[in-house]
Order: sequence, then C-alpha cells, then structure tokens
Amino acid sequence: MWAYVVRRLLVTIPTVLAVVTICYLLLHVTPGGPFDSERKVSEAVLANLQAKYHLDLPLWKQYLLYLNDLLHGDLGASFRYADWSVNDLVARALPVSLAIGGTAMAIAVVVGVGLGILAALRQNSAVDVAVMLLGNIGSVLPSFVLGPVLVLVFAIALPWLPSGGWDDFAPRYMILPIALLTLINMSTIGRIMRGSLIEVLSSNFIRTARAKGLPMRLVVMRHALRPALLPVVSVVGPLAIASITSAIVTESWFSIPGLGKLIVNGASDRDYTLVLGLVVLVTVLAVLLNLIVDLAYAWLDPKIRY
Amino acid sequence: MAVSTSIADAAPVGRSPWHDARQRFRRNRAAVASLVVLALITLACVFGPTLLPNAFDSVDWNLMSAPPTRAGWHLFGTDDLGRDLLVRTLIGGRISLMVGLLATVVSTCIGVVWGAVAGFAGGRVDGVMMRIVDMAYAVPYLLVAILVVTVFGRDILLVVGAIAAFSWLDMARVVRGQTLSIKSREFVEAARAIGVPTWRIILQHVVPNLLGVVVIYTSILVPGVILSESVLSFLGLGVQEPMTSWGVLIHDGAAVMGASPWMILFPAGALSITLYCANFIGDGLRDALDPKER
Repeated sequence: MWAYVVRRLLVTIPTVLAVVTICYLLLHVTPGGPFDSERKVSEAVLANLQAKYHLDLPLWKQYLLYLNDLLHGDLGASFRYADWSVNDLVARALPVSLAIGGTAMAIAVVVGVGLGILAALRQNSAVDVAVMLLGNIGSVLPSFVLGPVLVLVFAIALPWLPSGGWDDFAPRYMILPIALLTLINMSTIGRIMRGSLIEVLSSNFIRTARAKGLPMRLVVMRHALRPALLPVVSVVGPLAIASITSAIVTESWFSIPGLGKLIVNGASDRDYTLVLGLVVLVTVLAVLLNLIVDLAYAWLDPKIRY
Repeated sequence: MAVSTSIADAAPVGRSPWHDARQRFRRNRAAVASLVVLALITLACVFGPTLLPNAFDSVDWNLMSAPPTRAGWHLFGTDDLGRDLLVRTLIGGRISLMVGLLATVVSTCIGVVWGAVAGFAGGRVDGVMMRIVDMAYAVPYLLVAILVVTVFGRDILLVVGAIAAFSWLDMARVVRGQTLSIKSREFVEAARAIGVPTWRIILQHVVPNLLGVVVIYTSILVPGVILSESVLSFLGLGVQEPMTSWGVLIHDGAAVMGASPWMILFPAGALSITLYCANFIGDGLRDALDPKER
C-alpha cells in the first residue's frame, strides 16, 4: 500500500510541474510586458519596477524564482488588483468555493446513493422512473441552462430566495447554488449506484445471504453495499473535476465571490498572474483529489492490492 | 452452361459488417429521428440566415424586446436591442456547430494517431505516451482554455484549439486498447512477414479496423465539445459581439428572462435539442457498431 502511495505521488509531481511549466511559458510568449501602458513612465521607474518583479532577468531565472515562490506557497502578486497578492485573493475566495462545492458534493453523494439504492431495490417503481428521468435531465440541461431555470422558478415566479449575490455565508444565498451543483452530480451518481447495485444483487453471494434467511435490509447493508459502491467511488474523482466547470458557471451566474468568479474576472481583466496562480492551485487540488479517490478505492476493494 | 449461370445467380450476396451496422442503426427509430432533426437544424443554421429577410446585427428600432411575432418575420421575437432572435439563434448555431465540428475533427485525429502509435509501438514508448495522457487527464481543461483566452485574447480558433487539446484523451486510450488487440492478429503478422514498413501497417491495416470504435467515440465527443464552447461563451470568454453563439444568447437571455422569457427559451431549446439528438445518435451508433455484439 505505501509503495503504491509513493508511486502515485511520484507521478503527481511531474504532472503539476508540467502544468506549471506550460502555463508559465504560455504567459511569456505573448508580446508586451505588464508595464507597457499608455501612460509614459520614466526610464528609472520602469527599471526599478522590472527589477522588483525580476523582469530584467533571463527567462529561465524568472521561471526558477517562480518555482521557488510556489514551493513556499507564494502565488505572486495580482496585476490588476493593486495591493493584493494572489494569496490574499485566494484566501478570501477558497472557503466560499469549498463551502458551496463541498456541501453540494456531499449532498449529491448521500442523496444520489440513497436514491440509487431505492431505485435498484424497487425496479420500475415511481422512484426508479424518477431517478432515471432526473438522470436524463441532468445530461441535456447543462448547468448554464439549469441555473437560470432555478432562478426563474425559485426567485422570480416564487419569490422565496435571492436570485444571486452573497452575504458572508448567509444560508439564504447558498441554497440555490448548492441545489444547482447538487442536481448536476446527483443524477449521475444515482444512475451509477442503481446499475451497480442491481448487478451486485444478482450475484451468488447475495443469493447465499438471502438463502440463510438474512432480511433484505441486512443483505444490502452488510453484503451488497460495499461492492456496489466501488463504481460510485471511481466516478467521484472525475465527477468532482468535471464539476469545476459547473462550479465556475454557478459562481459567475449567482455572483458568488469564489474561485470560479475570481478566475472568470481574472480572464476578462487579463490578470495573468492571478489566472496562472488559480490554474496551478486548482490543478494541484484536482490531482490530490484523484489520489485520495484512488486510495479510497484500494481500501474498499480487497481484490486490489498494489 | 446453364448450370454455371444458375450457380452464379444463387451465389450469396456478401454482407459486410458495415452493412449490418447500417441496418441496425436504421432500425433504431430514436437515433434515425435524431439524425433527421440534427440535419434539419444544421441546414437551417447554414442556409437560414441568407434566406431570412433580417440580418443578425441589424436593429429594428420599432420592435425592441418584442415577443415572437409574424410581423417582419420576427418568429422568435427580438432582443433588447431590436435584433431578430431567429436569425441570431441560427447564426449562433453556426458558431456552436462549427466549433463542435472543428474541435471534434482535430481531437479525433490527435487521439487516433496517438493511441495507434502508442498501442503499436508498445514497451517504453507506450508507457511514456500513456503517462502523458494520464497527466493531461488530471488537468481541469476549462481552466487551461480560460488561461489561453486570457493570454491571447478572445479568438474563436484558439477556443477550438484549447478544447481540442484536452478532448482527445479518451479517444487515445480506447484506440490504444483496440490497437493492442489488432496488433496480435494474423494479418498484421503476415504484413510484417512480407516486409511492409511499420507506418504502412498502421495506416493500412490497423487504422481501418479501428473505425468502429473511432466512430462511436467521435459521436460521444461532439456534444461535449459543443457544451465546452457554450460554457466559455456563457462566461463571456468566447465569441465577441455582434457575433454570437448559443452560449452568449443563453447568457444574454438569462439576464432578462423575467421580462422577455423568449430570449432564453429559443437558444436554450436549440442547444438542448441538439445535445439530446447528438446523445441519441451516439447511443444508436454504439448499439450498431459495438464489437461485442458482432
């Protein structure tokens, strides 16, 4: 097991390094520098500015300095927000994104698995049909259509909730965004859980368990659930990475000051360092998440020994 | 004489696997209907704007935010600047479909070549190439697309490139797996025995046998790619005004959906129908071509 963890970490490092390098080089192939502005700046000031941000050094030295900063957890200064470092901006935005995304993912997994179990145990019942329909809606109504629909229903037609905005983690403003992110992932999880539980329930060891007189509830809880959860675990990682997209859409649609909103604003303002820092940060988070999911998989499935 | 002709007449007509697949696809009503609908949408997007009297960027000062009406051919209504929504939806569809097509073609080509070379070469080359795929998998591709847009400005071709750069990974994996199994077949061995160069074995013997899975995975790619472009446009990072795409129209419509719901209804409907059709066609192709079923 530990050998596997080490091996996976060794693959992770070049991944992150490759992303950082490619993104960094991408920023430097564009013509023009950050201090080429309309307003004329005197030579001395320009030289000082360039020296402060190491722009007078050759590219490879700048790159190594940037890597050094990264290793110390410093994402650099923002181009557009004067007096703000990327770290400050991230420190404000990350908790917001984690609160919304984490809650949504947790609800999606719990409710999705629950609905999947119900649907599998009562095939072709109303619950089953509802789960399958929900799955279809999730696949044709992308987040940027579903978001406006939610606002239309719960903020305009029925004026229960605000249509967007943020007020320091006030639950009123969190309900609709969380609902949107939950709906998108729940349908996939429910469908996969249903399929895998149906398959597990038809295997021999389940028949044995039932034959010895175990009630259905215990059969599912003790024997069927663990193997049936494996495919769900294996999609949670990719699903979480895929929901980065829907999270960006959600945050910008509901004007939530999270990482997604930050990166979209950064892209419109062409705030290079901010976008670069966020791409690096989110990539590292995504890679770590994948690692955790793989380890959970190894822990759940006794057949896999690395 | 008479005998030989009767034998020739009775000779069974050959049926290729492709013929079988075509028949299976035709029997799938949902897939065929989707194909027809998608073809109609495509035709409307290609020819509609030239046939309709309104231009996508001309302003009708008398009809701003007008609901759908027959007057002046504003069948989908007009937007808040008095531009005809029907023509704008069709023009937006052009962009969305064009991006979908281009990015799919590019990423299919990369994926097939990458997977075929890795699978055929095997050994260390295969290892390195597939590790690169694994690494690219971990990257949230939309962020890279956003970074590209940040650096180079909003350019539709760049958007296509950024989407294509991360859409070929599944294709490469599937093609590699399929190549591995084809590589060990007798006809490849025979080709190698008579001295056919490797690149010709790949092009003439391996790639044609990959067509089935490639077609299936291409059809799965299309909706995803269209969706990626729409997301970028929705975020305001895609095409620029007055040019438009479905993502832009949905975004603009969403802002005023309380007052003029048709502005979001029609573009969102067009996108959803297109995605739905593309999914059904993909399912139909998979059922028709799945090697397991042969």
